Amino acid sequence: MNLAEADGPVAKGAKTLVAVRHVSKQFANGTIAVRDVNLDLARGEFVSLLGPSGCGKSTLLRMIAGLGDPSVGTIDWATMNHDAWGRPARELGFVFQDPTLMPWATALDNVILPLKLSGTNKGEAQARGAEMLALVGLKGFETSYPRELSGGMKMRVSIARALVTHPKILLMDEPFAALDEITRHKLNDDLLRLWEANQFTAVFVTHSVFESVYLSQRIVVMAARPGRVMADLRVEAPYPRDDLFRTSADYAHWCRIASEKLKEAISA
Amino acid sequence: MTDATLSPAAVPHDGTDAEARPIFREDRKVLGISTEAWPGILAPLGIGVFALAAWEFIVWWREIPHFILPGPWLIAKTLVTDWTTLSASLWVTLRITAAALIAAVSLGVGLAVLFTQSKWLEKSLFPYAVILQVTPVVSIAPLIIIWVGDINLSLLICAWIVAFFPILSNTILGLNSADHNLRNLFELYGASRWQTLRYLRLPAALPYFLGGLKISGGLALIGAVVAEFVAGSGGSASGLAYRILEAGYQLKIPRMFAALIMISMSGIAIFLTISWISHLLLRRWHESALKREN
Repeated sequence: MNLAEADGPVAKGAKTLVAVRHVSKQFANGTIAVRDVNLDLARGEFVSLLGPSGCGKSTLLRMIAGLGDPSVGTIDWATMNHDAWGRPARELGFVFQDPTLMPWATALDNVILPLKLSGTNKGEAQARGAEMLALVGLKGFETSYPRELSGGMKMRVSIARALVTHPKILLMDEPFAALDEITRHKLNDDLLRLWEANQFTAVFVTHSVFESVYLSQRIVVMAARPGRVMADLRVEAPYPRDDLFRTSADYAHWCRIASEKLKEAISA
Repeated sequence: MTDATLSPAAVPHDGTDAEARPIFREDRKVLGISTEAWPGILAPLGIGVFALAAWEFIVWWREIPHFILPGPWLIAKTLVTDWTTLSASLWVTLRITAAALIAAVSLGVGLAVLFTQSKWLEKSLFPYAVILQVTPVVSIAPLIIIWVGDINLSLLICAWIVAFFPILSNTILGLNSADHNLRNLFELYGASRWQTLRYLRLPAALPYFLGGLKISGGLALIGAVVAEFVAGSGGSASGLAYRILEAGYQLKIPRMFAALIMISMSGIAIFLTISWISHLLLRRWHESALKREN
């Protein structure tokens, strides 16, 4: 299954940041979560992994992050620094489906955790953390504890924590799936704003066609059992994207194409 | 209501969730205690006063002799007249209790941390901790007293045996209950074992540890008293249990009751102190210490 390479959706000249080569993952119970996936993630692009539940998109994302190795195949980083264990070190941010905050720590302490773990001095870490919180719209909430924040605010803290190290790549595992639609739209807009300002590579796992079309330059459609890549689409719509885009014919057009591909993937 | 959280300047009207900043209500207080808390204090107090009055009345009405059942008033008087002797004994018992609790906390937490770092160590040693726990302290106290020789140290060891296990098992549970995704996050950022312990596992274990401490506080006192009963030592350094035995032999039943009350009060004081510490440590973040409005 070399669809990704055959179709060549990665624009020529765009430098590859992460190359996923013939990656398969089989769990201890025999389930094949991912089978022979090939994927090039270019520097600075916004990619969505779209698929039904059980299609291995989360597993693939976690393998890219270094949480669990592929059973077969390799995941190569272009210029990623590695730590003593050979894992990509501090140049990626990860956002889980749950905010995954430490309940005993304030919003600021949660955000600066990655800096603290890498030994950044406290003053600098706090300054960068406060700056990051302000960027995600949480200025003034530095000393709030997670339980004092709403679901959307917690997710903002989680995004701030992922971005505080200025990573080259931001991996997101259905981050807004548990939020209401209004909050989700708002966070989608803010995420695009952060992406445009910081130019990191974004990999966004979702099962929502609309969310993937709204956000991405590229949609990788996956099928389930076993998880594999079915289609690789380029969404040729300009940024910045806003509410106008949501009501445009362009948006409807891309949603229809992505829906068709998803339907094919589900029935495959 | 407090101005700081409500002033318009503090709320950025930018349409973000920031506007959803929680508003804190100020509690009304009587004698420094919130009005909402008073019924919870008065109700058990009322029951207590009623029971004491009934007790006093029955003793007076049936003319029950002092050496069978003294009334609460006589016990209170004995508590005052015998205060010098009793408080000295209380001090002895409390010292052993405190030392046993400190030993239980340091060894319990220390071993729990070691166990979570090495599965093999846990597998090898945990069964013995269980054996220590299920063996009745009364039955091994005489042996410990014979082997150790020093009576205070023997008492300390007995009280420690009783108090140690809840802290150990609760702390192990707590250290292993850190959120799975948070552990992944620490792994992603290349956290060392020490960092993971310090910033993730120990804070996650805190509520569990405090739960164990609440149980162990009372158990340490019980362990100390039980061991004193077995030891039955006289002399200057005698704890409250010895006073109870002594008063029993001499048929000074009011004094026996007075000593008993001191033990109960100490147990309650230990429990309340630990609950208060626990509340201070957890009130900002843990579900158990949060006030809910619904």
